[in-house]
Amino acid sequence: MTPSVPVQTTVRTPPLAEPSGWHRITLTVNGEQITAEVESRLLLSDFLRDRLGLTGTHVGCEHGVCGACTVLLDDEPVRTCLALAVQCDGVSVRTVESLAPGDAPLTSVQRAFHECHGMQCGFCTPGFVMTATALTEQPERPGPEEVADALGGHLCRCTGYRNIRRAVCQALDERFGE
Amino acid sequence: MKPTPFDYTTARSVAEAVALLADPTRDAKIMAGGQSLIPMLNMRLARPELLVDITRIPELSHLTVDASGALHIGAAVRQSRTAADPAVRRGWPLLAAAIEHIGHPQIRSRGTVCGSLAHHDPAGELPTVARALDARFVITGPRGIRTVRAEDFFVATFSTAVGEDELLLEAVFPPPPAQHGWAFEELTRRHGDFATVAVSVLLERDSVAGTVRSARVVFSGAGPVPVRLPAAEDTLVGTRVGEEALAAARRAALAGLSPSADVHASAAHRRETAAHLLVRACTTAWERC
Repeated sequence: MTPSVPVQTTVRTPPLAEPSGWHRITLTVNGEQITAEVESRLLLSDFLRDRLGLTGTHVGCEHGVCGACTVLLDDEPVRTCLALAVQCDGVSVRTVESLAPGDAPLTSVQRAFHECHGMQCGFCTPGFVMTATALTEQPERPGPEEVADALGGHLCRCTGYRNIRRAVCQALDERFGE
Repeated sequence: MKPTPFDYTTARSVAEAVALLADPTRDAKIMAGGQSLIPMLNMRLARPELLVDITRIPELSHLTVDASGALHIGAAVRQSRTAADPAVRRGWPLLAAAIEHIGHPQIRSRGTVCGSLAHHDPAGELPTVARALDARFVITGPRGIRTVRAEDFFVATFSTAVGEDELLLEAVFPPPPAQHGWAFEELTRRHGDFATVAVSVLLERDSVAGTVRSARVVFSGAGPVPVRLPAAEDTLVGTRVGEEALAAARRAALAGLSPSADVHASAAHRRETAAHLLVRACTTAWERC
């Protein structure tokens, strides 16, 4: 997944819309080292979607309630609508696109969501999948309360939580043994 | 849902952050985890000209216990790190438990303890805990460093003793009594929401008499600042927290609290709930003594 020699990408600076602070940041996104000029007020969610074209990260409420925009920052789930791109200088970001790039097989979490039908409309799915990925990467199996707390950080407006929880349990079973 | 334009800078030292705050030409605002501030920026309720990010200042990332046994939490220390810290879980379990009621892991991974305290949402979890544990706040600014006690720190909704040109350096939690029990009880519409009402209880046990030596009862969601209720504490001291003491504590809460009404709860409902949570919390705290 992570290239042995990082690909270096420089993102072009769009024309200045207004005279506010601009900053050069370097961060790793899905294993690729990226340098970009960003405006201070640019949210990480908009940086990922609009500047990098990584539209798998979904934007729902934009004030930290729905969890659709959750990605992993230095391996921890974080809401990208509550992070500024400029804060992420030197940080490692993993979005849903990192999980099965190109023709790579689905990860255990993705497969579990598929097999358990852990989705209805699918809008909230990328956030759930990234939080679930972080749960499976913990050194020890998280307990049911910890899983519920983590999934509670996401809103599924189709009320599909039952299958989502089944999917996460399946992925955890696969990772830690039943 | 996009912030208005602002400038951003990463302060590399406390002195630099204080100098930026003191600049009269720009309206600067401190940012730590941003989990309260960025929603306000997104909704344009806050329109600072300059954000000063303090999370990369090395001298603010300490989470230590000093020689006197007091816990020091630097301004850049995140909630998730604090709640997971073995020394915090052992010595200040009330603090760790309350943090687990803040939002969700996706919020606590970025949010800071001091940020929540300096932001002071009166329905937040940490202000009531800071008051119950008699925390001290170390504040710096152009007039030097000063320490403020929790009872003087919280001034009003979203307002604390930290001045416009000042920076909260750390929160200091003194060691709790040797033999103590604790409980944090909260009513929310959903787990992770702000409290409709919450209560922190800390009971110290007199190991000779087998009764309560001292008690701390502090509510949130019951006023613009954390509300300590000495009348309820008095009903517990000297007792074994039986039915009679609990009933008296409940009466004290009903008589002593004057919460306001909002869309989530009427004042009467809030008061009833607070009294109920108090009984539950006192029972749990005594069991843990």
